[in-house]
This record gives sequence, structure tokens and C-alpha cells, in this order.
Amino acid sequence: MSDVFDKPLLDAQSLHKHFPVGKAPGPFARAPNTWFGRADRPVPKLHAVDDVTFTLAKGETLGLVGESGCGKSTLVRLLTRLLDLTDGSIRLDGAEIGHLPARGFGSSSYRPRIQMVFQDAGDSLNPRFTAFAAIADPIRRLKPLPREQLWARVEALATMCGLPLELLGRFPHQLSGGQKARVGIARAIAVEPDLLILDEPTAALDVSVQVVILQLLNDLKTRLGMSYLFVSHDLNVVRLLCDRVMVMYLGKIVESGPAEEVFRNPSHPYTRALLSAIPHFMPGQAAPRLRIAGEPRSPIDPSPKVCRFYGRCPQARVACEQSMPLLQGVGQEHSADHSVACHFPITANAAREVA
Amino acid sequence: MKATWKHIRYVLGENPVTLFAFALFGFILLCAIFGPWLAPYDPLTTNAAQSLKPPSARHWFGTDALGRDIFSRVLVATRLDLGIAFASVILTFAIGALAGIAAGFFGGWVDRLVGRLADTIMAFPLFVLAMGIVAALGNSVGNIVLATAIINTPLYARVARAEANIRRNAGFVEAARLSGNSEVRILLLQILPNILPILMVQCSLTMGYAILNAAGLSFIGLGIAPPTPEWGILVAEGAALMISGEWWVALFPGLALMTAVFCFNLLGDGLRDIVDPRRRT
Repeated sequence: MSDVFDKPLLDAQSLHKHFPVGKAPGPFARAPNTWFGRADRPVPKLHAVDDVTFTLAKGETLGLVGESGCGKSTLVRLLTRLLDLTDGSIRLDGAEIGHLPARGFGSSSYRPRIQMVFQDAGDSLNPRFTAFAAIADPIRRLKPLPREQLWARVEALATMCGLPLELLGRFPHQLSGGQKARVGIARAIAVEPDLLILDEPTAALDVSVQVVILQLLNDLKTRLGMSYLFVSHDLNVVRLLCDRVMVMYLGKIVESGPAEEVFRNPSHPYTRALLSAIPHFMPGQAAPRLRIAGEPRSPIDPSPKVCRFYGRCPQARVACEQSMPLLQGVGQEHSADHSVACHFPITANAAREVA
Repeated sequence: MKATWKHIRYVLGENPVTLFAFALFGFILLCAIFGPWLAPYDPLTTNAAQSLKPPSARHWFGTDALGRDIFSRVLVATRLDLGIAFASVILTFAIGALAGIAAGFFGGWVDRLVGRLADTIMAFPLFVLAMGIVAALGNSVGNIVLATAIINTPLYARVARAEANIRRNAGFVEAARLSGNSEVRILLLQILPNILPILMVQCSLTMGYAILNAAGLSFIGLGIAPPTPEWGILVAEGAALMISGEWWVALFPGLALMTAVFCFNLLGDGLRDIVDPRRRT
């Protein structure tokens, strides 16, 4: 697969996003155990995204999975340039966009090229805007068209997304969940982005509607030649739709590789635990449950030497507390780009032994 | 446009109290516009022979100590009182709502500045502050409007700030950023329309306060100077005569004042229903 996508559309290199937690010491703060020593304690930092590197090829669908609070949404906001990077570089088609301030990115010529479908379609539509106004807004701002053409374009988009034209005059509260999702998708593809980021696009929908929306998304991708970054909790959907998948844990990518490969031979203990949590219909088929106990480590000023999964990992050893494992390939002939950040990756054979 | 009319008719038809409030408001507005032509007597012409006559067919509301027709004076005063109230509410709305949504949306130092200014104004007894402003700047209609606007601004700023703050991280704001809207555009075109219904109710309520405040200033002699007819002055003129039994001099201007305030308070709910599209079904 990888040789098809020779030139990456999106190239993210060691992205960092740290949020300061609490306040900087005030003007009269005193260093501990001194009378006059000025406090120079640095502000604690929450490492929401920590050294994330990946590429996304043209036409590819990349899945991003991980538990809530692992930094998925922050990563997505960095990539859509809604948030400023602490450090790192984002290249879109070879052009550096990571250093452009998020505040001014709206007027950048790159803005139409990265768009996003939001998790909660209801919340992402302005209650005072009709469906037409919502879909037309990005066109008006980013790729202005004369009035008649704007109408035609919005109607074409609505048709493409399966939204009945008579609903275009309605406000969000007059639309159903699935219809709102369609408006959100139509708005996102209105300016013909190269990269569409889907932030759990079906999480707020009921199951019957989910399938239809996923089919629509898959269909649009081939018709419009977009690349997808698909963020989801639903591992089965990721397996079905994605070419490659990344697993994120506490701000770091712990495993990435072709979807089939990762799902068949999960090498990181966290990935294995995630996959073993997928419910199976047939009682005998389920892989043995791999429960992870305990709480995640604190993301505030984490030690750079300890594996992020240490403390919850069922197979942690001394080495895991002494150096941070880096992403490296798990050398198998068919999976050159399957990599994992673990000192003791589970090989296919070992996995079978455990099972 | 047609849909809007349909919607207004629907809201009014659905709610008789709102219909009544709007009818009353229309009536007050007509009095304000056509008062000077409708008044049967000149509100300033004195007539010593007719002083302190009780209400009768010739003088519906009676006459005051100088023999002026109270009905004409109350009617003519409507324009001035309503004008002061409207002007001050518009001014308050412009300053308070904009400062408030900017504070709620941008946060940081804008928020702190607006918040502390609002706290400072709220720390004064508001009517005393209004008195102080008018006393310092001088007795003019412009200064009464300004004083009334200033004391009402914190109310708007607080409401607008709270409402903008809960929407600053809403999905539709992020979506608007993705669509290439600038921050100011988002503030004015995405957030403001959502807060407008709430501010409309506030507007209608402060309209009542504004009328009372303007009348109150005039009542204590800091507002409009006599002999200009103004509800506050009319009540003040009548107040001293209450004891001696000439009740009509203070009662009718007082009733006019009360009706106007009552009308604006009723209007609030109806206005919200009209402005809020979520009520459109």
C-alpha cells in the first residue's frame, strides 16, 4: 500500500502542545523555605500532545483511536490550525503551515484545504443560521461566488450529501440528528478540502443513522478525492474504513501501522487491551479480555524517562521506568511501517502463546 | 420577510398578554408621535381662572395650580419621556452589549477591564450615581440620557458577558473559524445573534427603569426644568397638593408613568418570542 502514496499530503513532525496549568507565581510569591527568595518555579504544564510524528498520504484514510483525554481532540485542533503549536512542524503538500498563528489562519490560502466534520453536529451548527446559511458560510468567506452560483453550489452540495433541498431553509432545531450531520458534512466539503478531519462524526448519532453517514463519507471520499483523518472510538468502524491506524495514549502515539496489520497483530499492550474490549457476537471468538487496571499517569509534567503506560501496563518491567520507549518498526516482512512504542512489543507468536 | 410577519402574527395570536402589551405600546407610541397635535389645550398656557379644577368634561384630568390642562401636559410629555428612555436604552445596549460580549468572548484583560468597570458602577447606589452625573455635567436632556445609560450598562454587560462566555467554545464558533471568519466577525455575526433574544428582554425591562429614572431625576429637580411637561415634574408638582386634597394633579401623570413601565415589562417576554427562531415551529 505505502508505495501508492509516495508524496505525503500532510507531514506532521514532532508536534507538541503543552497547556500551562494554574497560575504563574504572583509578584509576591516566595520560594519555599526562604524569606526573600523570589519564586521561580515554572508553571506546571499539561502535555496534551507530546512528540507526535506522522504522515498522511493523498487519498488515504488514517484512523486515530485512543481513550478520552488522550489528546485526540487537541491533536485534531492543532492540525486544523485552531490551536497554536508549542513546538513542531506541520507541512501541507510540502508547505510549512505549523508556524502560522491560529488567529490569522482564517485568512490564509491554506484554510480551505483543511476542513473538519465535528463530533456533535447539533453544537457545530449556529442555532440562528439556516442549513443554507451554514453551508454557504465557508463558500462566502473562502471561495466567494456570485449569488445565483452560490445557490446552485449549495443545492449541489446538499444533493451530494443526501440532504433534501426543502430542508435548506430550516434552522438546526428543525432538523433531525442525521440531517444535521449531513449539513455539517456539506459545509465541510463546500470548499473542496484536500484533507477532511472527521472528529467522531457518528458519535452523536444512533446506530441506524451511523451506517448511512459512514457510507456517505466513504462515497464522498472517492468522488472528491479527499484524504481523511478519522478520529473514532468505534474500532470496528476504524477497521472497516481506514487504510492505516494510529493509537494514541496520553499524548503519544503508541502504535501505528496498516489497519489490518494493527488489528491482527496488535503489538502494544494498550492496543491489545483496546482491541480485546471490542464486543464480539460469538462467545467463542472473542480474544481473552485483557483488562488494564489503575488510573492513567498524570499528563502534567510527565517524566520524560518513564513509559506513559507504566503503572497500567500488565507486562511492565524495570526498563519501562528507566527510559521512554520510542516508536520503532516491528520488523515483519509485510508490515514495514507497522511501528510501536514499547520496549517489549508483543510479537504475533507471543500473542498466540498468551491466548 | 413574509415568514417574519407570519411569525409575529403567530406569537401575538398565541399570547393575548403579549398582544395587549403590544397594543398598549402602540398606543403610547402614537401618543408620543401625535401628542402635541392631539392635545386639546396648549400645555404651557396658564389660566388663573381655571386653577386646580378637578377632572371634568372640559378638563379630563383636571387642571394644575396655574390652570394648565393636565391631560394635555401628560399627553405632550409622552414624547420627551419616551425619547429619553429610547435614547438611553439604545446607548446602553450599544455600550453594554458590545463590551459584555467582547469580555465574555475574548476573556483575559478585556474581561478583567469590563468586569472591574461594571463592578465599580454597581458599587454606587445607582440613582445617586445618576444624580451625581447630572449634577456634574449639567441639567440637559443629553446628560439625563447619558446618566440613565451609564447606570444601566453593567446589567447588560453582565448578561452579555455570561451568555457570550458559554458560547465561546461552542462547536459553531470553531466551525466558523474553519470557514475563515475573523474573530470580530464571529463575535458580531455568530455570537451576537444568539444573545440578542436575551438582551431584548433586558432591553424592555431597562426601558421601564429608564423611564422611572428620568422621571425620578426630574422629580427631585435634577432633570428637565419646568415648565416643560415631563411626567416626573408633573408628579412632583402634584405631590405637594396631595395633602390639600387636589389628588388629580399627581395621580394622572403617575398613572401614565406606571402604565408605560408596566407595558415595557410585559413586552419583554413577547419580544423574546419574536426574536428567537427556536420558537418558530
